Amino acid sequence: MSSPPAELTLRHPVERFTLDNGLRVVLAPDTSVPVVAVSVFYDVGMRSEPEGRTGFAHLFEHVMFQGSAHVPKMEHARLVQAAGGSFNGSTHQDYTNYYEALPAEALERALFLEADRMAAPAITEENLRNQIDVVKEEIRVNVLNRPYGAFPWLQLPQIAFGSFANTHDGYGSFVDLESSTVADAQDFFDRYYAPANAVLCIGGDLDVAETERLVRRHFDAVPHRAAPPTPYTGEPSPTGPRHGVVVDALAPAPAVAIGWRVPDPVGDLDTYLGTVLLSELLSEGDASRLELRLVHRDHLAIAQSSYVGLFGDPFDVRDATLLTTQVHHPADVAAQRVLDAVHEEVDRVAQDGVGVDELSRVQARTSTQLLRGADSVLGRTLGFASAELIHGRAELAGELAARLAAVTPEQVQHAARGLARDTAAVLELHTAGGTA
Amino acid sequence: MSAPVLDLSLVPPLGDPRPQPVPEVHLTTLDSGLRVAVVPRAGVPLVELRLRVPFAAASARTAAAHVARTSVLTGAVLLGTQAHDQVQIAQLLQAEGAEMSVSADPDRLLLGTTMLPSGLPAVLAVLAELLTAPTYPAGPVAAEKARVAERIAIARSQPGVVARTALATRRYGVHPYAVQLPETEQVQALTPAALRKLHRERVLPAGSTLVLVGDVDPAAATDAVAAALSGWTGTGAAVDAPPLPATPAGPLQLVDRPGAVQSNLRIGGPAPGRRDPELPAVRLASTVYGGYFSSRLVENIRERRGYTYSPRSSVDHLQAGSSFLVEADVATEVTGPALLETQYELGRIALLPVTEAELEAARRYLLGTTALATATHAGLASTLSALVGSGLPAEWLTEHQAALAATTLDEVTAAARRWLHPAGLTTVVVGDAERVADQLEALGPVQR
Repeated sequence: MSSPPAELTLRHPVERFTLDNGLRVVLAPDTSVPVVAVSVFYDVGMRSEPEGRTGFAHLFEHVMFQGSAHVPKMEHARLVQAAGGSFNGSTHQDYTNYYEALPAEALERALFLEADRMAAPAITEENLRNQIDVVKEEIRVNVLNRPYGAFPWLQLPQIAFGSFANTHDGYGSFVDLESSTVADAQDFFDRYYAPANAVLCIGGDLDVAETERLVRRHFDAVPHRAAPPTPYTGEPSPTGPRHGVVVDALAPAPAVAIGWRVPDPVGDLDTYLGTVLLSELLSEGDASRLELRLVHRDHLAIAQSSYVGLFGDPFDVRDATLLTTQVHHPADVAAQRVLDAVHEEVDRVAQDGVGVDELSRVQARTSTQLLRGADSVLGRTLGFASAELIHGRAELAGELAARLAAVTPEQVQHAARGLARDTAAVLELHTAGGTA
Repeated sequence: MSAPVLDLSLVPPLGDPRPQPVPEVHLTTLDSGLRVAVVPRAGVPLVELRLRVPFAAASARTAAAHVARTSVLTGAVLLGTQAHDQVQIAQLLQAEGAEMSVSADPDRLLLGTTMLPSGLPAVLAVLAELLTAPTYPAGPVAAEKARVAERIAIARSQPGVVARTALATRRYGVHPYAVQLPETEQVQALTPAALRKLHRERVLPAGSTLVLVGDVDPAAATDAVAAALSGWTGTGAAVDAPPLPATPAGPLQLVDRPGAVQSNLRIGGPAPGRRDPELPAVRLASTVYGGYFSSRLVENIRERRGYTYSPRSSVDHLQAGSSFLVEADVATEVTGPALLETQYELGRIALLPVTEAELEAARRYLLGTTALATATHAGLASTLSALVGSGLPAEWLTEHQAALAATTLDEVTAAARRWLHPAGLTTVVVGDAERVADQLEALGPVQR
């Protein structure tokens, strides 16, 4: 067996500075390929949305691509793509990001584009109506017109949590989306898109001094506004079991998801790392406990998976969050049998612990996956940016593989003791035929 | 705010392009016929492995059975070897940070994994067992068959799969490529003996390609492959798919999906292959049409009309023939208007020249994003596996980039006329027939 490499810390140095308007800037130079990635992370996500405005963070993300003070509609895309680059944005629970990956010689163009929309995006009635239509099609393609579309990421939080921030549908109801106004969008921008509420992270083939000069040239002019307070998204630990059923008319086979509250990802990172490895031990790959038990030994499942954080990245979320196990099972297997087997496997870790050999294998696999994600300039840059925004330390992204490799069997056992049967949230997905 | 006009003096100019690293590909053909390509590459301390084995159905008559067997073989090959059971195989790989993924498409079987560099000997040893000594044990195979049957049912409930399958059936007729999903009954009926026979006859070194990219020494890695796979000696010739028949485009086919809130538009036709000098021009034409966000199709049916979220066009390659494809998932109530605009843009690009600005933007995009896509171990390994595995030289990528850079406006216009004209393309729509048939019939004949 290979030991995880002695040097698991990514060697990329991280430089940072803050502009007078409050924008935090992180530079992660690496000249191995002639590529740069530019990303802006705003500290506003689905959990920031007020009641009556579900889906607004994501809708606003779309509006940010509709042009800005000096960039007509469609030109943002053209200026990036005609430079040989690609771009996108995404809305998460706790942040919204925008990014470009480009040939290194296009760096300043991307800075111009990001600064222009940080200063003044084109929030117009026409753009808003157009993007409400586009977002509705996005929801149809990803949720309404496909089986398992909302399962469990939009449905489990409704029973696992208590507060509006944590339970509401972050894709948004059509009623809320359609009633959104330009004034709402302008208010949202004024409140959340202040430079002081954002991190600009640039990685790849760049010169630090020159890049700092370019950043100041384009972003210094964005006026300062006070950053809003970080929303409180934590909530008390659950004290009892919760159970729900959804019927999916398009699904041919049932499924079940179990969500357990886990330690604070930011405030209690050390304990949380044990939970992350527990999740890997339970479900990652052909040698994992639940794959062997549910799929291969007992034939209870068609497929199983576990992950920490609702979107699958354990390190880009704040409290409160879940370890979720989801299982697709044949109609002739009762959900209760699946649940019993999952709880038994968790209990086995809680009571008997984990052997060093098994944990080392899991850590080797976890390391390769983290390293693989960091092989692209864009993947690495997004990792640094979210670590800076969520954890206040970009460097953490480079240290995670080593931190996870240092987790002990006792930490994983301790994590399993936290996944109690009597505080789990269970969501069953039934087919329209009523079988489950 | 009034709509701004782009003031080009404000847009920072692009600097001088920096040289693209050219991958250093060490290619060797072993005595068994297996080709080995090793590429040392700076980056994270990992190695990516891809093994591509020719796996096309030999004929239309055998295609359904072949696809059914292949759908089970991809999972069942990992269920045990003469030396190790399923759990041991998984653990041996996991210890090196690896996990073997086994998949198939109409042309090939693909085994792939990442690993820690020190794990190469151990992973190759497991790979050798999987290739030469799989057991296909009866009990686990029966369970795998049941899982595959469930997964087929789930796949058939996905509208995108229904649409892709319908278009393939329509376009490929009696060719093996028409069979995209196995029939559940054929999966349930097959035996471990049939899997062993398929493995024995088709998992052969001849025609197969193994690619390693990352933190490797080329000579040592090639030697390690030759030593580990020395027992993989099955003889026989690789089977490629038969030539594609010419099929007429035919009328639009409507596949009913009652209650669907969206319609899936799929349009496809032939395209030049990787060896065809017209490929760069048709890729550029496709990019201008719908190949990226800046394209005409996205501007029209998404950014102007809000009919859809992610419309796109592409040029895809299979061994026996390449395709130009258009996809858009649109709201049920605008199915007709969305198809009208999609066809309008096809007709426009087929009959009227693209502009210099459109061509230059598409050209830089294709050159730049190819460089981005091959700037990781995994991206380069997958790209090389597809190229070398199709019998192309490793230099193809560089030569294709040079050809893209040199393609003229006239060549793109001619390629669009020849390959993108709507009358030459086959159209399938999956949607709620009760609500969309009338809209579609207003545009032309509809076959149910």
